[in-house]
Amino acid sequence: MNLPISLTVNGVRRNVELEDPRVTLLDLLRERLDLTGTKKGCDRGQCGACTVLVDGRRINSCLALAVSLDGADILTIEGVAHGSELHPLQAAFIAHDGLQCGFCTPGQIMSAIGLIEEGQAGDDPERVREGMSGNLCRCGAYAGITEAVLDAQRSLTGAKQGRAA
Amino acid sequence: MKHFDYVRPASIADAVAAAAEPGAVYLAAGTNVLDLMKGGVIRPNRLVDVTRLPGLDRIEHLPDGGVRIGALVRNADLGHDAHFAKSWPAVAEALLSGASAQLRNAATVGGNLLQRTRCGYFYDPASACNKREPGSGCDARGGENRLHAVLGWSEACIATHPSDFCVPLVALDAVVEIEGRGGRREVALEALHRLPGDTPERDSVLEPGDLIVALRLPGDAAGFAAHARYIKVRERTSFAFAVVSAAAGLRIEQGTIRDARLALGGVAAKPWRARAAEQILAGASPRAEAFRRAAETALADAKPSGDNQFKIELAQRILVRALTLAAAGTPQRVPALPASPFSSKAGALIDA
Repeated sequence: MNLPISLTVNGVRRNVELEDPRVTLLDLLRERLDLTGTKKGCDRGQCGACTVLVDGRRINSCLALAVSLDGADILTIEGVAHGSELHPLQAAFIAHDGLQCGFCTPGQIMSAIGLIEEGQAGDDPERVREGMSGNLCRCGAYAGITEAVLDAQRSLTGAKQGRAA
Repeated sequence: MKHFDYVRPASIADAVAAAAEPGAVYLAAGTNVLDLMKGGVIRPNRLVDVTRLPGLDRIEHLPDGGVRIGALVRNADLGHDAHFAKSWPAVAEALLSGASAQLRNAATVGGNLLQRTRCGYFYDPASACNKREPGSGCDARGGENRLHAVLGWSEACIATHPSDFCVPLVALDAVVEIEGRGGRREVALEALHRLPGDTPERDSVLEPGDLIVALRLPGDAAGFAAHARYIKVRERTSFAFAVVSAAAGLRIEQGTIRDARLALGGVAAKPWRARAAEQILAGASPRAEAFRRAAETALADAKPSGDNQFKIELAQRILVRALTLAAAGTPQRVPALPASPFSSKAGALIDA
């Protein structure tokens, strides 16, 4: 059974023929589209390393079948920077030491982009920690991650307000 | 993962027909189904993808003050819907206390109701499990069972239902709308899930092909909104299933409880409505003494199924805590740590 699907990945339309419906979005990104920035940690929805945005919402790409997402708009870590200019969250993770080994970092950053877009946490560190609890960091860089998210939240919402004014 | 056929029906009727075949399973977000398939816990021949079915993703506020929630509404969308949270704050709090933000963004209302137990032996195909493989035995009985059921369990199965969402729903008389081969019917949520008895492989009363299309909360249940909480003890601060949880709703008039709604999670194979305890609270003063008596009544029939005697006392304390916090008034906004029994202010304690 051949299953043709079409996805927009980081702004580029990608047409893919799936030979097998078992392919997850995560495996499609890594194995077929060579976008290996998205990481496979637990592969069971428990660690958050595979977090990407689907139609603007952060989800675990390991627990989504690619075939079911036909037509969706996907944003991965490869698509967040503008050329050599880092996304504000990427810059904030570096500035605040929000990582050590870096394996969970793409998932952390995609999750944080989703968190800020959701607009529920604001500048409350407790709501940021709770909202980021789906992303585990075995190096324990949580303090820096929280600082980075709060910092980027301030600059991103400030920029938005600046544009509105 | 075993190979399967993938079908994406365009109508509910086509979906029901496709899913009524032996070995067929519905796929919505897949946050539970794919996890179970990856572990070899379930091995469906066919996935019936319902995510494109029209009309199932709406939250409709009804003229009687009730609400009808389509089965494909995502947990996060419902939990963060301000209108919904105002009328049904304990339900919103339960939703936002479950899983992680990523999973809540994907997971659907219908899927949440039908998620399978998190019993470690059910999840391990090398273990005996009557729910996964009828007649094979129950390795949980003599195994690691401190988190297992204390109410309604049987010799065949001591698993618990893991949903947070279902606990306030069952307290508030939620009704499930089901489309099946015989047409549409309604089942009270309290009657949807089954206790294990001798047939733990059947989690619910659903028949092959049955599709949950919507969930309804009746208007009169919104009368508990001013005093409604969901409280959940977890083994870590966030992103964990309940060891024990409780939903409490009170209608308080002139310092007296007129009506109460109580339910427990993490104690049985279904969300556990505590009706006898509700009776004790009706007409009582909203104080610790009445709360404790209600909690003792709610757990009167509990018995340990293993190393979980502690859950009986814990469940009573969590009921008292939920009632105490509900009596104090529903917070304006779901707290930063939804459903946490612990204060989010450093150094501050809440005494049950």
